[in-house]
Amino acid sequence: MKAPPPDPAADDKFPGVPGFCTWRGVYFFVFAFFVLVVVLLALFSRWFA
Amino acid sequence: MNSFDWIVLLVTMVGIAAYGAWHTRHTDHLDTYLKGSNATRWGTIGISVMATQASAITFLSIPGQGFESGIGFVQNYFGLPLALIIVCAFFLPIYRKLGVYTAYEFLGQRFDAKTRLLGAGLFLLQRGLAAGVTIYAPAIILATVLGWRLDLTIIATGLLVIIYTVTGGSAAVSLTQKWQMGIIFGGMVIAFAVLLMKLPAGLGFSGAAHIAGAMGKLQAVDFSFAPDKRYTLWTGLIGGLFLSLSYFGTDQSQVQRYIGGAALREGRLGLMFNALLKIPMQFSILLLGALLFVFYQFQPAPVFYNRVEWQQHATGANAATFHGLEEKKAALHAVKQEKIRIWLDVRSRGDTVAETAARAAMLQAETATEAVRNEAKAALAAADPLAKTKDSDYVFIGFVLDYLPHGLIGLLVAVMIAAALGSKAGELNALGTTTTIDLWRQFRPLAAHDEARNVRAAKWFTAFWGIVAIAFALFAGFSENLIEAINIIGSIFYGVVLGIFLVAFFLKRVGGTAVFWAAIIAQTIIFAIYLLRHRFPNLDFSYLWYNLIGCTACVVMSLMIQAVLPRAENRVSNL
Repeated sequence: MKAPPPDPAADDKFPGVPGFCTWRGVYFFVFAFFVLVVVLLALFSRWFA
Repeated sequence: MNSFDWIVLLVTMVGIAAYGAWHTRHTDHLDTYLKGSNATRWGTIGISVMATQASAITFLSIPGQGFESGIGFVQNYFGLPLALIIVCAFFLPIYRKLGVYTAYEFLGQRFDAKTRLLGAGLFLLQRGLAAGVTIYAPAIILATVLGWRLDLTIIATGLLVIIYTVTGGSAAVSLTQKWQMGIIFGGMVIAFAVLLMKLPAGLGFSGAAHIAGAMGKLQAVDFSFAPDKRYTLWTGLIGGLFLSLSYFGTDQSQVQRYIGGAALREGRLGLMFNALLKIPMQFSILLLGALLFVFYQFQPAPVFYNRVEWQQHATGANAATFHGLEEKKAALHAVKQEKIRIWLDVRSRGDTVAETAARAAMLQAETATEAVRNEAKAALAAADPLAKTKDSDYVFIGFVLDYLPHGLIGLLVAVMIAAALGSKAGELNALGTTTTIDLWRQFRPLAAHDEARNVRAAKWFTAFWGIVAIAFALFAGFSENLIEAINIIGSIFYGVVLGIFLVAFFLKRVGGTAVFWAAIIAQTIIFAIYLLRHRFPNLDFSYLWYNLIGCTACVVMSLMIQAVLPRAENRVSNL
């Protein structure tokens, strides 16, 4: 028996990224990474000032 | 450049263009031509989004910005990750659900034909203007330093990009951008490594960064609220958020990069890839500029980095003045080198009091050197009022030509041209698509069902915009500060366009007539602020705020006009 074709809409609900179950989790990770980058840039400026 | 550099340059540039054109020559379906292959994965989408934004100016001007003003420009990108999250969560799913070719097609479905035409018209106006700058900017710099003819440089790069963009449409754009970004990343990493190797023995990255920091070049984040400062955390977060939201969410040259692809997931991941990498990438390019500043502290640095412009005026009646300035700069440069060495020495001994005094002396020497550079610029302007007195765009390319080995020079010039072609291709593709879908099909509705005719029209319009961009670059005079010129043009229009889209997405009760007139009023306000900024000093604030003002004015006016419209005009959108 042939497997049914994958449903793109169902695929879209899950990011398919290891460690993330929802898109909200992906967005939160990106936001947290952005905050980390800004903090590191501020520390970088302070360190070499 | 010698023949080896020319071989590297021509093989990479013509090779990538020919590969793109050949590989996509049978692109006959409208969907593939306008949105790219429906099998495109997130990596290709992410690189395509990045390549469309990263023009040649990114790699010519931004190191110069880091050299001259330090790395504070990175704050301009602070709104970008937040904007991309909003685009992924709200904009992209609706574009995919409606299956639109352009962002403005969505406005037609949500509002009416006149609002769609207004959105498309504002895009064509601002992107058409910017298209001339993106082709002119690298051409003027490369032509100046390499001794090429400016008109031939503009025509050659313009025609190359027209050929493969017209042939394969969006599919060719994504395919070539992938290879072009490979060349760009490779070239920039090599340039960074060569720069580090050429720093004085024993200095290393840490020592160079300490010198740059002490000279005020590594202030990445400015928490001050001063409204006259162009780049602070707040202008970056708020103004940058609105600029990025408008650029990524409503500018067709970006929307076209991510609305195709195998699934919604691929577009989202491609945008998140950019949200993660953009700030570190811009930081690296600015840091390269700041390290170039340190490098030139230990080398015989020219008084003016656009040496061709300098030499043109350094003869004849002005020879004595210009020669005097060169000698004065050389003497002060030697004094500054000595002060830097003293500062490094006392710093390594941990003597805090002596270190403070040595740093003050070093900064004083830097101020004196900068004063001579300003004198040199004033002398240039006095000798020729039309002379280009901004030289920071020439710092990085000057380093490449003077200090990189042959072969790598060709590769780094290829980096600049690859970046120019990549962003230009994205723009032409979007201009051609918007003209076909939002203008041509509006006025020829019977042709909408003839797929082959639509593809032919899209090809003709893409070629038309390419020729317009070449003509504009050949005949228009541009501001010297090229990267800011593009951002200013964008900021004048982007806020209002974003306002239209925010109303479309989030204010379901507002109809087409209200948002149309609100957008016209808001755009008039922004034009007035821009044109009157010199007459009224209160209006002379950072251009990044235009995005916020234009957007807010459009949204507020929409609500006000909708409130006073007759009942028949009030409707709730289902989109």
